[in-house]
Amino acid sequence: MKDNAVLELHNIHKSFPGVKALQGVDFSLCKGEIHALMGENGAGKSTLIKVLTGVYTKDEGEIYLDGHDGAVSIKSPQDAQHAGIATVYQEITLCPNLSVAENMYIGRSDEVIQNWAKMNAGAAKMLESLDIPAKPTQQLGSCSIAVQQMVAIARAVDMDCKVLILDEPTSSLDDQEVQKLFKLMRDLKARGVGIIFVTHFLDQVYEVCDKITVLRDGKLVGEYEIKDLPRVQLVSKMLGKELDDLSDIKSDDSASVLEDGSTPVFEFENLSSVAGIKPFDFNIRKGEVNGFTGLLGSGRSECVRAIFGADKVLTGTVKKDGKAIKIQKPIDAMKNGIGYLPEDRKVDGIIGDLSVRENIILALQVMKGFFKPFTKAEQYAFADEYIKALSIKTASADTPIKSLSGGNQQKVILARWLLTHPDYLILDEPTRGIDVGTKVDIQKLVLKLASEGMSITFISSETDEMLRTCSRMIVMRDRKVVGELKGDDLNQTKIMSTIAGGEA
Amino acid sequence: MLKKIKNMTDSNLLLTITIVVFFLMYIGAIVFQGKGFLKPQTFFNILNTNAALIILSCGLSLVMITGGIDISVGGMTALVSMCCAVYLDYKGGNVVVSMLIALAIGLGFGLVQGSLVAFLDIQPFIVTLAGMFFARGMTTIVNTNPFNVENAAFKALKETRILIPGMGSINKKGVYVPAYVEIGVVVALIIVILMFIMLKWTKLGRSFYAVGGNKQSALMLGINVKMTKFYSHIICSMLGGIGGYVYFLHVGSGAATHAQGAEMNAIASSIIGGTMLTGGVGNIIGTFFGVLSLSTIQNIVASAGLDQAWWTGITIASMLCLFLVVQSIVMARKKSSIKK
Amino acid sequence: MSTKTKRSASDIFGSILRNQITIPLAALLLLLIFNFVADPGFFKISLGMNSAGNPVLSGYLITVINMGSELAILAIGMTLVTAASGGQDISVGAAIAIAGSTILRVLCGKDSRPETLQAPIIVAFLVAVIVAMLFGAFNGVLVAVFKIQPMVATLILYTAGRSIAAWINNNELPIVSDETFAVFGGFIPGCPIPTPCFIAVACMIIIALVLKFTNLGLYAQSVGINESSSRLNGLNPVFIKWLTYVILGVCVAVAALIKTSRLSSINYSVIAKDIEMDAILAVALGGNALSGGKFNMAASIIGAFVIQLLTTTLYKFEVQSDALPAYKAVVVILLVVFSAPTVREKMSQMSKKLKAGKKEVA
Repeated sequence: MKDNAVLELHNIHKSFPGVKALQGVDFSLCKGEIHALMGENGAGKSTLIKVLTGVYTKDEGEIYLDGHDGAVSIKSPQDAQHAGIATVYQEITLCPNLSVAENMYIGRSDEVIQNWAKMNAGAAKMLESLDIPAKPTQQLGSCSIAVQQMVAIARAVDMDCKVLILDEPTSSLDDQEVQKLFKLMRDLKARGVGIIFVTHFLDQVYEVCDKITVLRDGKLVGEYEIKDLPRVQLVSKMLGKELDDLSDIKSDDSASVLEDGSTPVFEFENLSSVAGIKPFDFNIRKGEVNGFTGLLGSGRSECVRAIFGADKVLTGTVKKDGKAIKIQKPIDAMKNGIGYLPEDRKVDGIIGDLSVRENIILALQVMKGFFKPFTKAEQYAFADEYIKALSIKTASADTPIKSLSGGNQQKVILARWLLTHPDYLILDEPTRGIDVGTKVDIQKLVLKLASEGMSITFISSETDEMLRTCSRMIVMRDRKVVGELKGDDLNQTKIMSTIAGGEA
Repeated sequence: MLKKIKNMTDSNLLLTITIVVFFLMYIGAIVFQGKGFLKPQTFFNILNTNAALIILSCGLSLVMITGGIDISVGGMTALVSMCCAVYLDYKGGNVVVSMLIALAIGLGFGLVQGSLVAFLDIQPFIVTLAGMFFARGMTTIVNTNPFNVENAAFKALKETRILIPGMGSINKKGVYVPAYVEIGVVVALIIVILMFIMLKWTKLGRSFYAVGGNKQSALMLGINVKMTKFYSHIICSMLGGIGGYVYFLHVGSGAATHAQGAEMNAIASSIIGGTMLTGGVGNIIGTFFGVLSLSTIQNIVASAGLDQAWWTGITIASMLCLFLVVQSIVMARKKSSIKK
Repeated sequence: MSTKTKRSASDIFGSILRNQITIPLAALLLLLIFNFVADPGFFKISLGMNSAGNPVLSGYLITVINMGSELAILAIGMTLVTAASGGQDISVGAAIAIAGSTILRVLCGKDSRPETLQAPIIVAFLVAVIVAMLFGAFNGVLVAVFKIQPMVATLILYTAGRSIAAWINNNELPIVSDETFAVFGGFIPGCPIPTPCFIAVACMIIIALVLKFTNLGLYAQSVGINESSSRLNGLNPVFIKWLTYVILGVCVAVAALIKTSRLSSINYSVIAKDIEMDAILAVALGGNALSGGKFNMAASIIGAFVIQLLTTTLYKFEVQSDALPAYKAVVVILLVVFSAPTVREKMSQMSKKLKAGKKEVA
C-alpha cells in the first residue's frame, strides 16, 4: 500500500450473467482526499461501489484498508461498516418518522435501553461540529433533503469511518444546499477522511474534488489530478472518443436538414413541469429528427416528459400547426398525435403480465375508446404486422411481454406507438440496454420514419447515435437548456464543449 | 404558534389533536348532557367497560406502528372467553390456569400469524382475516351455547372492586357511594404504561417505529426487519389474549358473539388516537385517549336518546372515516411540501 | 429415449398446471370425488313439489348451484376490484344488508308489513342498485383518490353497513307478503330450476358481454399491473379503480335482491354474514393474484361454486354454520401460504435439488 492511502483496490473483477461489469479495475484513495469517480451509464461505477460496500461480492481482486494487515474481505453492508467504510446513497436511507438523533444511532448497538439524553447530547455535539443546521430532537422528515443527506453523513462520521462514499448525493439538492454539503465535505477532508464522490454534475467535480478516476465499459481509463484534466478532456474520456478523431463522423445516411421556413408542427413555449426543469422553448418541424443531449440527470428526460404531459405541467403554451392546443395529461398529447417511448422501460413502458399483442394495441385502443374494443382478429392482425415489420423475436403474440429480452420489449413499445401513426414521436433512450443489432435497427427506423414525414425527438446517452440521426440537438446542463447545435456545429467536439460549459 | 405546530413530530401532533378532541367532547357532554358526566363514576364506568378494548388497542397500535394490521383480536377475545369459561365451569379448574390458557392462546396466534406475515411475506390483512374467522369458528366448536361462569374463585375476582378515595358521590337516597374501578382497569393501565415505556425507551420499541417508517431504510440502518415484524405480531396477539381475559373477567361468560366488532373498535381507537395506518407514527397515550373518545361518543349517543344500536356503528365509522381522510390529506401535504 | 418421453409428458402436465382455470377445476373435482366416496347420495337429484304445488328440483347439487348464485355474482365484482386496485372489498356483506334493506323499504313503504306492495319490484331494485353504487363509489373514492389500502378503506363500511341497514328501516323487520317477490330467491311457477341460478347465469352473460364489447378487462388489468405505464398510455388509473368499485356495487344490489327474496324479509346482523370472506376466497381459488393484475373471470366464478360446494359438504357432515369459518380459514391460510412468492421460490429450489439429487443417483 502507498503511504497515506486509506483504501486500495487491486484488479477487481465482477461479472454478471452475460455482462463483465468490472474488468481489472484499480483504485486508490488517500487520507483527506475527495476523489471523483466518473463514467457514463454502465461504466461500472455503481458495481464498484457495491463491491466496496458488500452488496456484491467480487469475483477476483483484493481490497486493502489502512489499519488492516493484508486484504480485507467484505461480505455484507455490516462488514463494510465495521471496516470503516460508510456510504450515503442517492435515495435517503433513513427513517423520516424518527428524530435526527435516532437516525444517527439506531441499529448500531445491542443495548436494550434507549438512553435519550446521552444520544441527544452525542448527536448535538456531532451536528454542531459538522455545522449541520438540525436539532437532535427534530423529526427527520421535517428537515430539507439536504439536511437529511447531511444527517446520513453525520451518522457515517460518528461511526468513525475512514472512507466515506457519496453516491450521487446532490441530484436532489438545489445550489445552496449543494454548497452546504460541500462545506461539510471539506470539513471531513480536513479531518483526514477519504471521500469517494460519485456525481453526474461536472461543475461540482471541478469545484470540490482533488482527483478523478474515470471508468468506461467496466475498465479503468485512468486516474488524474484535477488540474491536469480539463473538462472537455474529461467528457471525451468518459465517452471514449479522442478529441481529434471526433471532429466529424457524420455518416451518409444522416437526416437532411429541413429549413424551409414553414411553421413547425409543434411549438412549445416556456414549458416547465413539477419535475423541476427550468422553463424552456422547443419546436419541431415536419420530418425533422432532433434530440436532447446532456449528461445523465441534466433534465433531458424531464423535458420530453413535460412535452407529453407525463409530469404535471406547471407553465407553458403549446401550438400544433400554429393553433393553440392544451396538453395536460398523456391522453391529450396522444390525441394530438404525439407518441412517447419512456426512458425507464420496466417502470413506465411495459405492462409486464400482459401479452405482446395487448401491449402493442394498448395505446391505439385507449385512443379509440372504452366501448370500441378491437376484435381478436384485428388485434392479431396488428400484432402480427408489427412483430414482422420490426422483427420482434417472440414465441407468439400471446407471450407475456416480461418474458422477452430487453431489445424485443423495446421494439414492442415502439410498435405500440407506431401503431397510433403519430405525427410526432418522442423516443427517450430507445437503445439503452439492448444489443447492437437492435440499436442499428432502431436508428435506421428513425431515419426512415422521418423521411416519410414523421417528426421525431431522439434521446440517447450515446452521442454517436444522436449525431447519426439528429439534424438539430438541444444541449442541457443542470436542468437548463444551454445551447442548440445544428449544421456544421453538430460534431462531438462542439457537443462536448457545450455540455461541459465554462471553459471550452 | 403555527411554527410550533409545524415543528412537532407527527406522533406528537396527532396525539395533541386526539387529547384536545377528547377533552372538548367530554366538556361538551357535561354541558349538553348534564350532570351525569360530572360524576367521577361515569368516567370510571367508561374505563370499566372498556378496559379490554384499551388492551386490544395497545396491541393494534403496535402492529400499525410497525406498518401492519391485525383484525383477529376480536375473534381471539371470544375464543379466550369461551375456552376459559368452559375450563372453569365444566372442568372446575382454577383461575390461575385459566389465565395461562388465555396467554397460551395469544402466544399461539402470535406465533402463527407472526411467522406467516414476517417470514413468508403474506399480507397481514389476509392472514389476520383468516385468524379472525378461525377464532370465531373455533369458539363455536369449543362450545355452541353462551353461558355464565359459576366458578366461585372466578366470581370473587370478577366482583373485586378497587375503591378510589375521595371520588365518590351521594346518591338519591343520600348515601355515600364510593367510586370504584375493576381489576381489569388496573391491568389495562399497567399495560398502557409498560407499552409506553417499551415503545419510548427500548431499542426494540424504536425499531418498531423504524420499520414502520421505512422498511428498506431500517434494513440499511442495521435493523432485523423480519424479527421486528414478528415480535410486533407476537406482542399484539399476547395482548389479545390478556385483553380477552380482561373482557371475560368483565362479562363473566363465554359466548361466540362476544366482542363482535372489537377489532374494528380497536383499529378505530388507534387511528383516532393518532396512529397512522401507513406505519411509523403513533403513541400509546394517544391510543388510550382514542378509546376514551370513542366510548365517550358512544355514551353521548346513548344518553342523547339515540339509544338505537345502529347509531353506535354509524358514529364510529364516520369518526374513523374522518380521521382516515385527515391522515391521508396530512400525508399528501407533507410529501408535497418536502418535495419542494 | 425414455427420458425424452418423460420430459414431454411433464411438459404437458406443466402446461395444464399453468393454466389458471385448472386450480378451481381440480378443487371442484377433488371435492366431488370426496363426496362421491363418502356418500354417493350427495349426487341424487329429485323432482318434487313445494308447498305452493310447483315442481321443484332438490338435492345437494341443486343446493350448491342455488345457494352459490349470490357468491358467483359477487365474485364477478370482487375479481374486477382485486385486479384493478390490488386489494379486496371487505364491506360487501354489509353493503348487501344496506341494499336489501333499501329494497324492502321501497317495497313496504311506511308500513313494515303491508298487504300489497307499495312500489313495483323493479323500482325497488333500481333504487337499491343506485344506493349500492353510491356506497361502492364511496369505497372507490377512498381507495382511488385518497390512496387508502382497499381493505382498510372498506373497513369503514364494514363497521357501519349493518347499522345503516337497520337505520333505513328504522330497525323494524319488514316482511313482504306478496308472492311475486319470493320468485327471485325461490322458483318461477312451473319451472323446477331455482330462479337465482337464472339470475347468476344472466349476470355471467352480461359480464361476458361487457368484457367482450368494452375494454374493461384490458384497462383494469393494465392499471393493476403497472399504474405508471397505464397512465402514460392515456388511461386514468384513478377513474378505472373507482369504476370497479361501482361495478361491485351493482353486483351487491343483485345479490341483495336474491338474499332478501329468499326470506321475503331481512335480518340485518345475519344477512350475507361472512360473505366477503367467501368472495375473496373465490377470487383466490380462481388462481387470481390477490395483489392485482391479470384475472380470469371464469376461474373466479368456478371458485365461487367450489366454496359453496365446500360449505354444503361441511353442512352435510353436520358442521354448525357458526363453525364453518374455522374450516374456511384453514383453507385460506393454506392457499395463501402455497401462493406466497417466498414459499414458491423455496419449493422450486427444493424440486430442483431433488431433480439434481436424482440425476446424481442415476
